[in-house]
Amino acid sequence: MPSNPDDQVSNPKATWPEQYRTLADQARSPLLKAFYEAGCVDPDTPMSDVPLVAVDFETTGLDPNQHSIVSVGLVPFTLNGIQLSRCWHQVVRPALPLHQTSIEVHGITHSDIDKAPDLAEVLDKMFSYLNGRVPVVHYREIERPFFNVALQWRLGEGIRFPVIDTMAIEAHLYPDRRPGRWQRLLGRKPVSIRLADSRLRYGLPHYASHNALIDAIATAELLQAQVYHHFGPNTPVKDLWL
Amino acid sequence: MQAELIDIRNHMAQFPPFDEMPEELLDHVVGGVEVQYFRAGTQILEFGQDNPWLYYIRSGAVEIFRRSGELYNRIGEGDIFGQFGLLMNKTVRFPAKALEDTLIYRIPEATFQYLFENDDGFADFVETEDRSRLRSAVSRREKSNDLMTSKVTRLISRAPVSAPCTVRLQEAARIMTDQGVSALLLMDESGDEPRLKGIITDRDLRTRAVTEALPSETPISDIMSEGLITIRASAYIFEAMLMMLHNNVHHLPVMDKDEVRGVIALSDIVKYESQSSLYLVSNIYHQNDVKGLKKLSRDVPDTFVRMVNEDANSHMIGSAMAGIGRSFTQRLLELGEEKLGPPPIPYCFMALGSMARDEQLVVTDQDNAMILDDSFVPDEHDEYFQALAKFVSDGLAECGYKYCTGEIMATNPKWRQPLRVWKGYFTDWIENPKADALLNSNIFFDLDGIHGQNGFAEELKALVAEKASHSQRFLSLMARNALNRTPPLGFFRTFVLEEDGQHRKTFNLKRRGTAPLSDLIRIHALACGSRAQNSFERLKAIGQTKLLLEDDLGNLRDALEFISIVRIRHQALAIEAGRAPDNNVRPEDLSPFERSHLKDAFQVVSNAQKFLRFRYNAQVGRNAQ
Repeated sequence: MPSNPDDQVSNPKATWPEQYRTLADQARSPLLKAFYEAGCVDPDTPMSDVPLVAVDFETTGLDPNQHSIVSVGLVPFTLNGIQLSRCWHQVVRPALPLHQTSIEVHGITHSDIDKAPDLAEVLDKMFSYLNGRVPVVHYREIERPFFNVALQWRLGEGIRFPVIDTMAIEAHLYPDRRPGRWQRLLGRKPVSIRLADSRLRYGLPHYASHNALIDAIATAELLQAQVYHHFGPNTPVKDLWL
Repeated sequence: MQAELIDIRNHMAQFPPFDEMPEELLDHVVGGVEVQYFRAGTQILEFGQDNPWLYYIRSGAVEIFRRSGELYNRIGEGDIFGQFGLLMNKTVRFPAKALEDTLIYRIPEATFQYLFENDDGFADFVETEDRSRLRSAVSRREKSNDLMTSKVTRLISRAPVSAPCTVRLQEAARIMTDQGVSALLLMDESGDEPRLKGIITDRDLRTRAVTEALPSETPISDIMSEGLITIRASAYIFEAMLMMLHNNVHHLPVMDKDEVRGVIALSDIVKYESQSSLYLVSNIYHQNDVKGLKKLSRDVPDTFVRMVNEDANSHMIGSAMAGIGRSFTQRLLELGEEKLGPPPIPYCFMALGSMARDEQLVVTDQDNAMILDDSFVPDEHDEYFQALAKFVSDGLAECGYKYCTGEIMATNPKWRQPLRVWKGYFTDWIENPKADALLNSNIFFDLDGIHGQNGFAEELKALVAEKASHSQRFLSLMARNALNRTPPLGFFRTFVLEEDGQHRKTFNLKRRGTAPLSDLIRIHALACGSRAQNSFERLKAIGQTKLLLEDDLGNLRDALEFISIVRIRHQALAIEAGRAPDNNVRPEDLSPFERSHLKDAFQVVSNAQKFLRFRYNAQVGRNAQ
């Protein structure tokens, strides 16, 4: 059974480059081997020098063991720029039936999916974005576990990598975001750390549409804003990745 | 461009120069964008730094500085910067700093160059500085109107028909009939070269010769009009139209230096532009009672809308509407004199404010006054003038010109006085100025005689021109009053909105746009000793002195034209939609093009007010000593 890589590593933070080297030796799939061999930046690298890639998946549900990836959006970036010329969006055919509710969210229809390739067919391209970069997501319980499970099924082995989670950063900044009963009675409102609400706090614009690519771009913009507001470009990457 | 980036494309497609770009080209631009976030206070561009990008503001606000560190501009959502550097060695000429948290879309230099070479709209936009951008916006509109681009010579269909001014009435009439002309030029042939002396028209023959049954041997010089109003051959047709409207003449000799090239008639212009406002004006003089005038006044809004739709400029529209108002007033005075009998002593009926400035629109009050001959004896004469003033004022109200709420009308005895009292008023305003009093008398500094002894009004203009320029205290207080109304630009170069009567968030294009502009132009014109009344003419007169730089004058002219035309178009739209026209505009009702250029124009007003304060030492809120 697939498992969450976080469970297997007690303290991943300082050891990610080391782990990549070990995993490169162990990996049987050439794609995974190449991914680990591309390496992981030194944990002390300042954020301004870290090659990043924002990743967003749209899925048929929240449980990686029951639901499937429907589309992926990736955009490489650094703190200094998000390159739209290199962004990538791909609809993929889910292994499991598409729920009506998720159609409403993503606007992806059955006919889109009938024509779409299986994730296995686009893994080459996907890894060309991921190799050598630190992935950035909003809410780490989706992209990493879903990708891990998807690879378990297709390559027979899972994947581990660090992520920077913009939602976790917001959660860290607002530890008391959920007011207690008394505070609620006194009129305090909870602070939302959802992507769109978090962006508002940094003066970032509202995007009308929702798809994996625009959400990936929105996440990349949010990380730039968070770093410039709270941490600074010299912050080592190890302080932010999970 | 990926279809999923539609949000980004849609944003750019709202703002110039991207709004008029072909779709594929804009897709190409969006596909190459790099997004970057700048926290408030961050320097985005340093002077002299290499910069291979054009910057587009997706959200937030940015300050642009001059090399000296002086603030040059504040720009916001949808604005671009960095273009000047890209055009010049790719080094930064205007440093930029994020004023708010700002999200920037950077467009690579290669894309910039490609757009510059392949998209004319883009090239025009980035090549011109923001205020010259305003200028090209103005001239683009003007190009489409024929009256604005065709010279008067185009209307001349034949050589001028003339006769020596020594001919007799009968001979003159015969020449006119034989030649089939409605006007005959009369030449003084006593010198070496024949010189234009006067003109006689069909109408003159009817009204002066026939009705008074003059003998056919009467010398034509007895009844011809002298002191002719002429137009130069290089003038545009619209200038001829303004001249006819302003002076109520129907024929204009066209002059090439001292030589007459021909005569153009009102009917020539009406034929050329069949819907012209001159047609309405000529009809006004055919009405024989207030009822007829009232009926005709219902055509005024249509004439206004038509001129707007024909892309006339604001000077043309303002003059045409003032000409129409003046014609209503003149005709009412003629009818009044018919009813009450000829005036017992000479008088001059004076237009004030926007009518005197030739800047009238459809929503307007009547502002007028009477200058009476100094032989005025109230007990003997005032009953007549009071009745005449009331007749005209009531007639104007019937025709849609509302009574002045400030009682600045000839019906008010204070403003129905002999010339010497008027001279006293002006002398007192100028030599013993008080801020509050000046606020109310501001309107008298735009004055124009429109009926009767117009020489009286000219004497007042001369007095003002002579005295005003010498009274620093007067100019300073006038300037201080002019600074009370500021353009609606906020700190972030956003519009500052007020709630209007219907609780809509709007800004007032008159109170916060054209009025502050005409106020400050008036003060400079007074300081120059100019007698011009129209704001554009005043700017010309100011240009003859060194008071303002050539560039600043041009900017003021363009700002006035642009704000006026947006205001005019706003009113025309209301009329077409069957609503009552007003001056309150909601930003969302404007196109991105208009919004962007209005900001440029308001910036010009704001800068000009700063200069006014400095030039005339007019501190707002400081008490008069």
